[in-house]
Amino acid sequence: MTTLQESAPTKPLRQPAFGVGTLAIVAGLIAAFAVPAIADDYWLSSIIIPTVIMGLAGIGLNLLMGYTGLVSIGSAAFMSIGAFSTYNLLLRAPFLPLPVVLIIAGLIAAIAGVIFGLPSLRIKGFYLGASTLGAQFLFEWLFTNFSWFSNDSQSLTISAPRLQILDYDLQSATGRYYLVIATTVLLIALAFAIVKSRVGREWMAIRDMDVAASVIGIRVARRKLLSFGISSFFLGIAGALWAFGYLGTADAHAFNLDKSFQILFIVIIGGVATIFGNFLGAAFIVLTPILLDRLSLIIDLSFLGDQGALANLQHIIFGTIIIVLLIKEPDGLSSLGRRGVEALRSRARSSN
Amino acid sequence: MSYFFETLVSGLFAGVMYSLVAIGFVLIYKASGVFNFAQGAMLLFAALTFVTLIEKGMPFALAFIVTSLVMVAMAILIEWLVLRPLRNRDPLTLFMATLGLSYVIEGFAQLLMGMDVHMLDLGIPDVAVQVGGIYVSQFDIIASLIALTLVATLAIAFNKTRMGISLRAVASDTLAAQSIGIRLPVIWRIVWSVAGIVALVAGLVWGSRQGVQYSLSLVTLKALPVLIIGGFSSIPGAIAGGLLVGATEALADIYVGPLVNGSVSTWFAYILAVGFLLVRPAGLFGDREIERV
Repeated sequence: MTTLQESAPTKPLRQPAFGVGTLAIVAGLIAAFAVPAIADDYWLSSIIIPTVIMGLAGIGLNLLMGYTGLVSIGSAAFMSIGAFSTYNLLLRAPFLPLPVVLIIAGLIAAIAGVIFGLPSLRIKGFYLGASTLGAQFLFEWLFTNFSWFSNDSQSLTISAPRLQILDYDLQSATGRYYLVIATTVLLIALAFAIVKSRVGREWMAIRDMDVAASVIGIRVARRKLLSFGISSFFLGIAGALWAFGYLGTADAHAFNLDKSFQILFIVIIGGVATIFGNFLGAAFIVLTPILLDRLSLIIDLSFLGDQGALANLQHIIFGTIIIVLLIKEPDGLSSLGRRGVEALRSRARSSN
Repeated sequence: MSYFFETLVSGLFAGVMYSLVAIGFVLIYKASGVFNFAQGAMLLFAALTFVTLIEKGMPFALAFIVTSLVMVAMAILIEWLVLRPLRNRDPLTLFMATLGLSYVIEGFAQLLMGMDVHMLDLGIPDVAVQVGGIYVSQFDIIASLIALTLVATLAIAFNKTRMGISLRAVASDTLAAQSIGIRLPVIWRIVWSVAGIVALVAGLVWGSRQGVQYSLSLVTLKALPVLIIGGFSSIPGAIAGGLLVGATEALADIYVGPLVNGSVSTWFAYILAVGFLLVRPAGLFGDREIERV
């Protein structure tokens, strides 16, 4: 998981003007922004947008769990804080532009994250689950029982009053996609910057051995709280995007315990301590139910019973895959991909 | 004042039911260091199996025995398919695996036996009787007696039988236990079987109160604060924790609830547990060795 960077390989004589990495990033960016030209509204709204947002939420949890080694089973709570903060900021401070609102909402979620991360200074492991599980239930209750948060709406739902940047309307599927992808690209860059920075390395040191980390002078308590804060910042923004970029209208129950588990699964499936792996995990979480639905149209699954049976089948498949992955591929799908790439590379090298 | 005591008493009885669930967790945690998230799913599975058998016309005792056997079979399968391939992995991985396991068990339970709410009548009337000036539900009293019997049986089994003693050996020092020839897989199978049967008993008591349905598996989430307060590795702790959670939750619901727009029981126990963690990380009766920073 934390293999040190290989010592710099001796450079080939013909060094291209910019590295393959840069090329890949540029190609990826162009591809990401060209997606609406290829995909229709259904693909955008039902598959691509949720996958990207859930992947972003996965990054949020992964920063905490994969890099700092702290467990949270209440990620959805911080998403709901982001969503409800965004709603109230847009409603009550209409002069603020959308990007600023998203950042403030993320910061509010970050503050909540730091508060619920406080117990991590004294306890480790899944005991910490109690604190984050507490956050999960507390905020679901808070947003359901105090209608102020949903502007006294009868149904306790929130929907974005406006979704625009510089008078550019973002309500269409393409608009929402650009909002989501632009935010996500920026946050991915931020995540990489953090992970590669001193802070990221200190997180990993704490994860691998906290006593050793404190011996070499890392301020463990501060770093843990920072991890909770940054993780919740990502989750908060992902929550806002989930509510308004994907669902359109949401209530507190859109961010229930099941959502928290889904994010946990994204991290496990995609790979602990990865950034792009989260999107693999998210694609899995989003696509499996859709594929099963399609499958049930082709194959007659009516012997299983009603529509609910399909949901149960989905649970069984999810659970089985989690267990199989933990046994066979503890580093997740991304390590599978990485090994594949390395195998290709070594083959290419040996053929030279 | 009698209202206060009635709330307190009914809270304590609810606490007994929490303890009943928590004991299943403690058993597995003691023997294998795993926080078994699937305990709730096992509870649902056991209760659903039992209720389905009863509805098919099977007599009570036979249904209980058959369901117990099903739970033993499940324990053996779990040990074989999940625990054995994951041995020597860190507790967090095992926790995740039980999370996956809970999805599988819940899925199978509802796929095989449907998602309807089943009514379960244990033949215990849920009527109020007056004890010492306050009204108490007869059902609560009998449920507590069942819990008491279960705990007593477990205590005797652990302290007097060869099996129980090997189990305690594993709990206190796994490596030493293995070196004197105790077979870990066998112990795991037994412990998961016992936890399965405890889940059955808890499922019956809870199920006859709430109806046997999906939400039963959520009851076990309450076991987490109970365990934190009581200590993960102590059965008396599970009981004390359960009583404390039950009582404070009931009182908070009555006295704090109206101040904050309604029931606080969804989250109160967790916040209480976090408070406990900060003051007494090992819980009331837990081992001192709990990881502290």
